[in-house]
Amino acid sequence: MFCLMAATYPVHGGYHVGDTAQDFKLMNVSGDFVSLSDYKDVEGYVVVFTCNTCPYSVMYEDRLIELHNRTAEKGFPVVAINPNDPDVRPGDNFASMQERHTEKNFPFVYLFDEGQKVYPKFGATKTPHVYILDKDLKVRYIGAIDDSAKDPAGVSVNYVDGAVDAIKAGKKPSPETTKAIGCSIKVKK
Amino acid sequence: MTKTSYIYKTSLIKYRYSYMRLTSILFLSFLCSIGYSQNFTTYEKFDDFEHLLHQENDTTYVVNFWATWCGPCVKELPYFEELHRKVEGKKIKVILVSLDFKRQIEKKFIPFLQKNNIKSDVVLLLDPKEVEWIDKVDTRWSGAIPITIVYKGDERAFLEEDFANYTELENFVNTIYKH
Repeated sequence: MFCLMAATYPVHGGYHVGDTAQDFKLMNVSGDFVSLSDYKDVEGYVVVFTCNTCPYSVMYEDRLIELHNRTAEKGFPVVAINPNDPDVRPGDNFASMQERHTEKNFPFVYLFDEGQKVYPKFGATKTPHVYILDKDLKVRYIGAIDDSAKDPAGVSVNYVDGAVDAIKAGKKPSPETTKAIGCSIKVKK
Repeated sequence: MTKTSYIYKTSLIKYRYSYMRLTSILFLSFLCSIGYSQNFTTYEKFDDFEHLLHQENDTTYVVNFWATWCGPCVKELPYFEELHRKVEGKKIKVILVSLDFKRQIEKKFIPFLQKNNIKSDVVLLLDPKEVEWIDKVDTRWSGAIPITIVYKGDERAFLEEDFANYTELENFVNTIYKH
């Protein structure tokens, strides 16, 4: 009951805009470990918690590819991380991640948060969930990719593009946070 | 919104006056043709839906946001149905707010309601500009589903998590109902 009461007023832990993120070392679908510090000559990172199975993540797959192609050129590559426990959601296991990566030909890394140690540090609650970091790993934007998950044609604001452009111009992203619907991150109970 | 494709909804709520006769006929023939007995209300705009989160009376409202595509949501749905059955005669009302996709209404959403014989009130919220309305539901909500809101007048509890069993749900409801 205590847990339930405590959960009634959830305080989403993790990073807020302005906090400095900790680097991590996670396995990419290629089998290599990747850290943010491995990236050379970048101005920041578009960290996206996403997965294979959530319909909202799937709706964004093609848009994420296009997004990476736009922002990586500006020095902000997409770093996709699957935070789900594959024991709870088998479709999000490492082999399935590799398959999806090959099938969609993702131009960005797709990392597995094995042991689910990274997503809680960020405070991600759902997929997809975006954190834009600058090159000093300072969190500059948290939230949605754009304002129309269900319909790419209905997008009127691309939050990530806007935030990247703002950071490059030495400004604060506006907005710095947004909220979108997503699938809860799958954990064992 | 095309009126013909959502006739089962429009016959009940919107367009009640101007289309009542036509939709009644269509609705009845619809019922006869597929034996469909589950009603739900569709809201294209959050602003039209919002009053369901702020009904000013002495009933305790249990509002669950879910979708057929959300595994944990589907898993806990039977607890809400059990609650709906058990509170008959009490001032407690269950409202299941689905965030199912428009393109899956016919193929997935309606068959799900039928197959599971859902008896609680079902609402389908289609407004795609989630970024604009998530905070209006509750500022504590991150956007992940399921969530459950229990409220009576100004008293309100919010949970962004699924219930492991019926008792957990009942205890949560009682934080407001028995308060």
